Amino acid sequence: MINAARRFWPTVTVCLILLAMPYWMPLFGGYTELSTRILVLGLAAMALNFLLGFTGVLSFGHAAYFGLGAYGVGMAIKYLGTGTVSAIAVGTCAGTLAAALVGRLIVHLRGVYFAMVTIAFGQVFYFIAFRWNSVTGGDDGLTGWRRVPLDFGIAKLDILAGDKSFYYLVLVVFLAAAAAMAALIRSPFGRTLVAIRENERRARFLGIDVERHMWFSFVISSLFVSIAGSLFALLNNFVDPRVLRWDLSGSFVIMAVLGGMRSFWGPLVGAAVFVVLQDYVSSKTENWMSFVGLFFVLVVLFFPRGLLGLLRRRSSHESA
Amino acid sequence: MTQLVLFNVFNGLIVGAFYALMALGLSLILNLSGVINFAHGGFLALGGYIAFTLVPYVGFWGGLVLAPVLTALIGLLLEKVLIRRLYGRDPLYSLLLTFGLAYILEDATRYIWGARSLPYEVPSWLNYSLSPGLFFLTGYRLFMVALVAAAVAGLFALLKYTRLGMRIRAGTLDLETVSVLGVNVRILRNVNFGLGIYLAGIAGVLAAGMLGLQPTIGASLIMPSFVAIIVGGLGSLPGTLLGGLLIGVASGVTAVFAPSGTEAVIYVIMAIVLLVRPRGLLGEEGRV
Amino acid sequence: MGAPFIVPALGEEAVRIGMDNPLTGTYAALGANEVIGARLAVEQINAKGGILGRKVELLVEDSTSGDAGTAVQKARKMIDRDKIDFLLGNVNSALALAMGQVAAEKGKLLIVPGGHTDAVTGTDCHWNVFRVCNTTRMETNSISKLLFDKYGKKWYFITPDYAFGHTLQQGFQASLKKFGGTEVGADLSPLGTTDFSSYLIKAQAANPDVIILLHAGDDMVNVLKQAVQFGLDKRFHLAGAQQELEVLTGLPPEARVGSWVFEWYWNQPNTPHVADFVADVRKKSGGKVPTARTWFGFASAWSCALAANGAKSLETPAMAKALRGMKLPPEIALMPNQPFFREGDNQLMPTLFVGHAQAKGSADPEDLFVVDSFVKGEDAAPPVSETGCVMKLPS
Repeated sequence: MINAARRFWPTVTVCLILLAMPYWMPLFGGYTELSTRILVLGLAAMALNFLLGFTGVLSFGHAAYFGLGAYGVGMAIKYLGTGTVSAIAVGTCAGTLAAALVGRLIVHLRGVYFAMVTIAFGQVFYFIAFRWNSVTGGDDGLTGWRRVPLDFGIAKLDILAGDKSFYYLVLVVFLAAAAAMAALIRSPFGRTLVAIRENERRARFLGIDVERHMWFSFVISSLFVSIAGSLFALLNNFVDPRVLRWDLSGSFVIMAVLGGMRSFWGPLVGAAVFVVLQDYVSSKTENWMSFVGLFFVLVVLFFPRGLLGLLRRRSSHESA
Repeated sequence: MTQLVLFNVFNGLIVGAFYALMALGLSLILNLSGVINFAHGGFLALGGYIAFTLVPYVGFWGGLVLAPVLTALIGLLLEKVLIRRLYGRDPLYSLLLTFGLAYILEDATRYIWGARSLPYEVPSWLNYSLSPGLFFLTGYRLFMVALVAAAVAGLFALLKYTRLGMRIRAGTLDLETVSVLGVNVRILRNVNFGLGIYLAGIAGVLAAGMLGLQPTIGASLIMPSFVAIIVGGLGSLPGTLLGGLLIGVASGVTAVFAPSGTEAVIYVIMAIVLLVRPRGLLGEEGRV
Repeated sequence: MGAPFIVPALGEEAVRIGMDNPLTGTYAALGANEVIGARLAVEQINAKGGILGRKVELLVEDSTSGDAGTAVQKARKMIDRDKIDFLLGNVNSALALAMGQVAAEKGKLLIVPGGHTDAVTGTDCHWNVFRVCNTTRMETNSISKLLFDKYGKKWYFITPDYAFGHTLQQGFQASLKKFGGTEVGADLSPLGTTDFSSYLIKAQAANPDVIILLHAGDDMVNVLKQAVQFGLDKRFHLAGAQQELEVLTGLPPEARVGSWVFEWYWNQPNTPHVADFVADVRKKSGGKVPTARTWFGFASAWSCALAANGAKSLETPAMAKALRGMKLPPEIALMPNQPFFREGDNQLMPTLFVGHAQAKGSADPEDLFVVDSFVKGEDAAPPVSETGCVMKLPS
């Protein structure tokens, strides 16, 4: 009974905090859009962490699928005139399909090679978006479209003008995605992934088809990251090729590490800290890059297990 | 058309030599210490900027000699203070640390020298073309190739004929045994890192003469170096050299037929190599 | 810089101008100069009594040089949290377009100081978005006849592969067609190319009269430097449209060659008020002269004051109405002829400075451009009907 409660209280706390975010954010000098941004990037970091933290595979090219999700949404709304939900579906399909194809090609690689080839493919998508000016708008980006109000038949939700309405829509999608990811991690499939992370050779000896599981993990992770990308496009009402670049992928990795790779909510915490820090510091000084860089360095040196890892160690010390 | 292609091949070799120089420094560090130095570009930029500051006092040649040394010293310091702590850990951490370091270096160069492009002057006697026909073979570019060749030769000689070189090579294969045999591994890694940064510094001074000096110059040159290493094969310095030259030539030839793909082609090559021969062209088995 | 924790002062609340411009990355130098100009303008505005009698505050945020997400985030932050009354930005055309959408969504007045893509006052125009710098078409039209008559009919283009480059090339191609010249070749170079040798090799092989370089920023520094290293300036004429002082100062003296268009230049002995402006900016920038970017920021910030004081209100529709057709007074225009914001596309019609680069100024080390002629913006600009701008005015 107590164990079950222990397991759920972080989730409940997080949900409560998120539900109230648009209201307490402004008290700290934040604004609703910042909260939405935290959710979107947090989802991306959590999706990446599915691969990184739980399967033990480092992808440095996840921005490619994030970006494909974003372009999918933009192009769907601009050229096909679809509604928001269909657009998100299109974006998600685009990202996931691409990941399925790429994943097929690269699952036999490991370590830094795997990381580099993910960058390579990411860059290829980046250059396609850049060059295909007529369709993607190239460097100028995809403009001339915006969020369409949601029509549920009985009620209309104006997510364009209402920052808060959009935030809650994103929150709903976020929680659904998080629930799905949590379910997957808890399932036997998820446990197998952890086994692979811990000791790949042993898993193979146990008869587990390692490549297949890695491929699935890659595809699932990309599915959620492309959902995040779709939301990102809707947030900005704008897509440009930079959303596909490897430095964005790097940011996702940092967020995951910062929050704690081994914990489920870690990447969300990491994303929150990263986004708020960058927002705050870049307002105060032109030299925000130094501060952010210094931050990376300090995290790696002193908090390699991430912030949640730190908390966990403290609490386990207490209970010992 | 053949002449055009030939020109571009020659030119690609020159550019490739430059990529190779930068990649060699990176490779040296990666092979011995297992550290992926994302900040390598930042050191390159630093080398160029330090040379720019020194040139009014010691001239172009003085800058060329001194700047890489000073850059290497900064590298040695940073290795001692920061990077040393990451040995033995997941390469992810060194990646993130050097990523952060790259940000700091870029911001520092912008803060100290300003965001504007700075003009770097090469000695005027190098500013000629070999002939009207071979106009793109300028004195400076030939000098660059000569310098890179000398640096590479020097590096390989160092590795083959000196005790330090032998230790580095042995360490690349099995660092633990080398340590057990009584070599101070800490100093070895430190010196190796400095050596890698020294090469980056030279590349930086050369880059300043060929391109301009901007704080972002490091970030723009780091990716081709990584590709050169992957294509050539992790763990193989000759491979890195070959990789650099290959992508230089590939870029040049692509410019003739499909100019907008000159950047993309190096990633396509990397993807193909990784899929068909993951260990790289000259890489060793078992390095994956 | 932004002020996250300030509680609005009781009593007379300041009018806020929010500037969302690159302070890091490739465009850092350009963005920073625009900020200097804007700051000077705000000082002058406050000295003259502010906007509608209220003090003016300038908030500056770094949009980064290419991350639209950040630019949009900062724009929203300044609108929602900091309650700015005006938005300024961006050097990067893509970011300018993204900010235009935010401004349209939130009904704020956006003045684009230095984002050149034609779409800002063309296909993506909005009733509340105004632009100070020229369109690429204006730039090419101002210089193309000169190049054709003086240097030759055969042109080779090396174009950076993004909208800015494409539209410049299209502009020149249209002119070339009109005059009956020939395009002997064209190449697209990826943005951020560091080594242009292969493109220059091809250009040389095509044997043109003029090699047209359409790059900006660091790309222009690299391509021009390498072109001169190859001795191409001795065999062909190098030219282009937009050129900036920041680029010329970044080049070694022997590479400062070619025919170009400047959108504003500091050395104007015959234009009143300019010398004072130059002196004021020198104080703020550690002795450096103002560049076109400085003037863009200056004119944009001043336009905010003109709009509000003209409309006697801070309501965006009223201010936009006041700004349409507004002529810039000489102390703000700082150029011959009188620039004005054109009705129909909200584009400023400034004067373009056509001339050639020089290695070193006789009087001042920063005098690197010689102005040969002035071209009126409205003569160089295509009519509104050809810009693709269909403006929907608010009711």
